[in-house]
Amino acid sequence: MKFSLQMALRFLRSSKGQTLMIIIGIAIGVSVQIFIGSLIQGLQKSLVDTTIGNASQITITNDRDDKLIDDHKMLMDKIKTTDDDIINITAVYDSATFLAIDNESQSLLLRGFDIDTADKIYDIYDRIYLGKAPIKDNEIILGKQLQEKYDLSLNDRIDILTVDRVDQVFTVVGFFDFKVTSLNTNWGITTLTTSQTVFDSDGITAIEMQVDEGSVFEADAIAAKIAEQLYDYDLKIDNWKDANQQLLSGLQGQSVSSYMIQVFVMISVILGIASVLAITVLQKSRQVGILKAMGIKNKVAGQIFLFEGFILGFLGAVLGILFGLGLAYSFTIFAVNPDNTPVVNLYIDWRFIFISGIIAMIASTLAAAFPAIRSSRLNPIDIIRNN
Amino acid sequence: MENILELRNINKIYGTEIKNQVLYDVNLKINEGSFNSIIGQSGSGKSTLLNIIGTLDKPTSGDVIISGKNVKDMKLDQLAEYRNSMIGFVFQFHYLLPEFTAMENVLIPYRIGNNKVSNEIRRRADDLMNLVGLEKVKNNLATKMSGGQQQRVAIARALINQPKMILADEPTGNLDSDSTEVIYELLRKINQELKTTFIIITHDRRIAEKADRIIEIKDGKINLDINK
Repeated sequence: MKFSLQMALRFLRSSKGQTLMIIIGIAIGVSVQIFIGSLIQGLQKSLVDTTIGNASQITITNDRDDKLIDDHKMLMDKIKTTDDDIINITAVYDSATFLAIDNESQSLLLRGFDIDTADKIYDIYDRIYLGKAPIKDNEIILGKQLQEKYDLSLNDRIDILTVDRVDQVFTVVGFFDFKVTSLNTNWGITTLTTSQTVFDSDGITAIEMQVDEGSVFEADAIAAKIAEQLYDYDLKIDNWKDANQQLLSGLQGQSVSSYMIQVFVMISVILGIASVLAITVLQKSRQVGILKAMGIKNKVAGQIFLFEGFILGFLGAVLGILFGLGLAYSFTIFAVNPDNTPVVNLYIDWRFIFISGIIAMIASTLAAAFPAIRSSRLNPIDIIRNN
Repeated sequence: MENILELRNINKIYGTEIKNQVLYDVNLKINEGSFNSIIGQSGSGKSTLLNIIGTLDKPTSGDVIISGKNVKDMKLDQLAEYRNSMIGFVFQFHYLLPEFTAMENVLIPYRIGNNKVSNEIRRRADDLMNLVGLEKVKNNLATKMSGGQQQRVAIARALINQPKMILADEPTGNLDSDSTEVIYELLRKINQELKTTFIIITHDRRIAEKADRIIEIKDGKINLDINK
């Protein structure tokens, strides 16, 4: 083994209590970093997921008076080839209607979906808690709040009035719960064909799509690419980022504050190590002095303390990762909602954890640089002369 | 006999504002394989002289020539290598590393210059341990030994790299008279067997008288130089 490494190990072992304290100090720093990082990432992920996980991330509409998009099949094929990250794409026929029950009427957004492709975005099948998805013409599913409000049951027949006062009778075949009241009270989902038949059109009103999970934050760039591809068709292309500026700046603020916390934790760890190692150099100056008298080179004398820093950093990082994961795990166990689901789902990102560990090791080694310089500058004669 | 060491007009002044001259124009030649003692009162400058010979301290002026090489011309790293291979130190306060066993302490000067300890070196260390009579306690931590034992470990350590010269600063200063006697017998034996040059500072006139040559330092100057 390298002489300086062996020296470092012996020096660390000879003052076990002190070594343990520094390791625990680093470990706490690393664990806080990992915990905060995982917490913020989990928070952001679940926030993004709730906001756009079950929604269209890029939506194409037409500003024309009739709002209709023609030849959508050709357009959708074109869009699919634009970017590999576009995954779920579906055609929709939306129209504002009125739901008329018991002499009461309320507005209803009648959404004509191609149910199978729309399910990939909206999870329709999973959201239906009673009944089934609409398949045949004039079948409809309604939200939980509507069911409760009008005391509806399966196979009830309801009247839907279009803006042109055309009355259509629909059969309720199921009820959904999107966990969002506004959707549960305002949406009525039917098949695309039904919508098209009701409005006597073979067009659609929107093309909706999602992008791959890893590219969620590139939705604006992907939307721009689509816009370029569909330049000739004069369509309006929206993406979730433009529509959710506030959420985005919130997420950004969160990220920045999380980085701030992590940076300050690291700085305090570095200062801690540097000061303890500086004391160690003083404690070991007699040994360093005698080693120098025996012919150890200044560089090697410095290396001893760099190795100490590295070893402390390594052990601290390993222990810190274990602490951090333990902390994260206990957080998901103890900080729970009334239904026993965790308040925040932590996001364990191994790459982030690995990098945190590496940073701690590099930081500890760097923190040892000052003591190392001190050690390499130590003059043996001062030790020998002063005993 | 050839000179292993030559000092030419060595002056040593401590301090910059308040100057304190410790050595005045010291000239000295030491024969290879000789056993020399340096005596003198406290503060006479003998330790400073020894530290200058050992390249731990630098003279304010003058030249230190060891085996024909002027120390002045060497860089720090070269000096370190030189100390490691050419000189063995035995200090009054033995200066063993408390984190290591006696055997490991003996091997340290070798480890400084080499990463691996060969079997041959291990045997040499064992032989040295036998020579200083510590074969039974060689695996004890340095701190778990008596003062005399520690000093003997320090002597074995000084010998591991088979240096040409051993510099000892009151190696028995902290020991009782029996131990002192044993250590001197040992040093003398090594001198005779291995032809290692010894320069030993001592307070003890009885001990000094056993050396081939007695050099007395007084007020920073060589006052007396007796060759037997």
